[in-house]
Amino acid sequence: MAAVERPIIYANLRKPGYTVDLDCYLKHGGYEALKKAVAMKPEEVCKEVETSGLRGRGGAGFPTGMKWKFLDRKSGKPAYLVVNADESEPGTYKDRQIIYQDPHQMIEGIAITAWAIQAKQAFIYIRGEFQHGAKILERAIAEAKSKNFLGANILGSGYSCEVVVHRGGGCYVCGEETGLIESLEGKRGYPRIKPPYFPAVLGLYNCPTIVNNAETMAQVKHVLALGGAEFAKIGIPGDSGTHIWGVSGLVKRPGLYEIEAGKATFGELLYDLCGGPLEGRQFKAIIPGGSSTKILKFGERFKGKLPNGTEFDWALEDIPLDSNSIAACGTGLGTGGTIVIDDSVEMIQALSNLNAFYAHETCGQCTPCREGSLWLSRVSKRITTGGGMESDVPLLLDIANQVAGRTICAHGEAVAWPVQSAVPKFKDEYVESIRRRQNGEPLPKLKLI
Amino acid sequence: MTPLQPSTLAQADVIISQYPQKRSATMPLLHLVQEDRGHITPEDMAWVAEKVGVTPMQVLEVVTFYPMFRQHAIGRRHVKVCRTLSCALRGSYELMESLEKALQCPRGSTSPDGNFTLEFVECIADCGCGPVVQVDHTLHENVTPASAENFVQKIRASLQDPNYGKTAPQPNTPEWKG
Repeated sequence: MAAVERPIIYANLRKPGYTVDLDCYLKHGGYEALKKAVAMKPEEVCKEVETSGLRGRGGAGFPTGMKWKFLDRKSGKPAYLVVNADESEPGTYKDRQIIYQDPHQMIEGIAITAWAIQAKQAFIYIRGEFQHGAKILERAIAEAKSKNFLGANILGSGYSCEVVVHRGGGCYVCGEETGLIESLEGKRGYPRIKPPYFPAVLGLYNCPTIVNNAETMAQVKHVLALGGAEFAKIGIPGDSGTHIWGVSGLVKRPGLYEIEAGKATFGELLYDLCGGPLEGRQFKAIIPGGSSTKILKFGERFKGKLPNGTEFDWALEDIPLDSNSIAACGTGLGTGGTIVIDDSVEMIQALSNLNAFYAHETCGQCTPCREGSLWLSRVSKRITTGGGMESDVPLLLDIANQVAGRTICAHGEAVAWPVQSAVPKFKDEYVESIRRRQNGEPLPKLKLI
Repeated sequence: MTPLQPSTLAQADVIISQYPQKRSATMPLLHLVQEDRGHITPEDMAWVAEKVGVTPMQVLEVVTFYPMFRQHAIGRRHVKVCRTLSCALRGSYELMESLEKALQCPRGSTSPDGNFTLEFVECIADCGCGPVVQVDHTLHENVTPASAENFVQKIRASLQDPNYGKTAPQPNTPEWKG
């Protein structure tokens, strides 16, 4: 059966003539879910989200309802809601569409979430490069305030919440929640160590803070609109709702595809929806969920057991698109930003490209990450420029092994995982690349570094 | 040095008032200054520091941490080509080589006539439409090596447009996407 899309988050913004205006949003049932939410008790809203089984859409896939439960309500300090719209994971471009084309959907989710956790102040931390996105959001917030969906005494409930849009400065590590909080406090975006700095306890201004991804906010709106139990029926047990697959790289039709969790496979996504490889090419590998997730190679077999006990034996094309199945194959669904690589690509160049990214983006706080990312970048680059030795291949792995797990934040893993996953799968090709350059043989036309 | 515009000064106080702690306004004020002057000077940093109640050094720390803040003037058009994997797979390195020739400006520098600053940047989150190029606030999608010439003509023409960057973004235009 061919894969079909089931747009929920993107349902409206894809309609011809749909605009970012409040009137348009209201015509499409906008802010009805908020009305429903403020008629409920905050804890009932939290319960709905928990029942829905919604998992965060920022990459880690943490259950949203559980995250809200961790919020420290006893400290007496004000709670904050921070929305992570810093979309900076390479391969990821799903939140951009929501911000630019359906901002009210996200703002409604923010209002519902703020009510649920009783935050009187919310911040949207948006990528610095989204200048217009920030303006669109600010305009939408002003519209929402004018109709009393935000601001003082929301819909007559006696509850008030202000939302401020805060632009970042082009820094990847500020997508990490504690780095983001530091940045929002007006400092360098150095991630904080956990414990003790779990945002739900010691977050923004050392107050309890919930940090949720931009798309998660849009999903929350639909949880309330449908009710938690109904929402949980979308997708599969353990992963409810839809996932937005942002496919980029070397396929016929790159783009964003919203698919019910677990209801299609990578093969269906890449062949049916994306039209397969470019003319005369063959797929070689994919990075399934943003550049930090581990690479999968076509032709591999994936065998193991799912959390529910089912045994599986899949080719890459057979892997179902839900977080548990993808995790069982040794990688992650991440943000759903799938980067597709075909046989025209020299794998060492692809790796070197990503290594350069992580070396550029390390914040420099932890030595293993600061030094390791730079070494990885230099070693892989010297292979591509002809100065590589065969011993560089195990060296890459050795460096990566000394970074992962030894840093304050997950940037260390993001540095290491592409290398740790790619070297065992492509080491013969890397050695071949070194040999080709030593012998002065012609190189592939596509340059990636 | 030219003083900051009155509108910048007026906006600063509004921005600061939005935050529970003044220091949070550091980055928004730096963006404001940079949009006014084109870059950030030591005097600007001292001004921001005073506004938000920190030392100038604490503002400098922020300026030097975030790639978007700059302490030196750049060309009239800031051309930022995405070099990260998704765009690279679609030819952003070859595109960069064409742009370097067409704008007479090696990557990481400003053209001799002062019109263009050309840079490689990391992922700007529009991966399915690569290669993407952001020129100041405007995003250009699918700028392939083959369409580079067309693209250069377009940004050269924008140099003559007296209203460049002044109009509010309109839905479904390239400006909207930047």
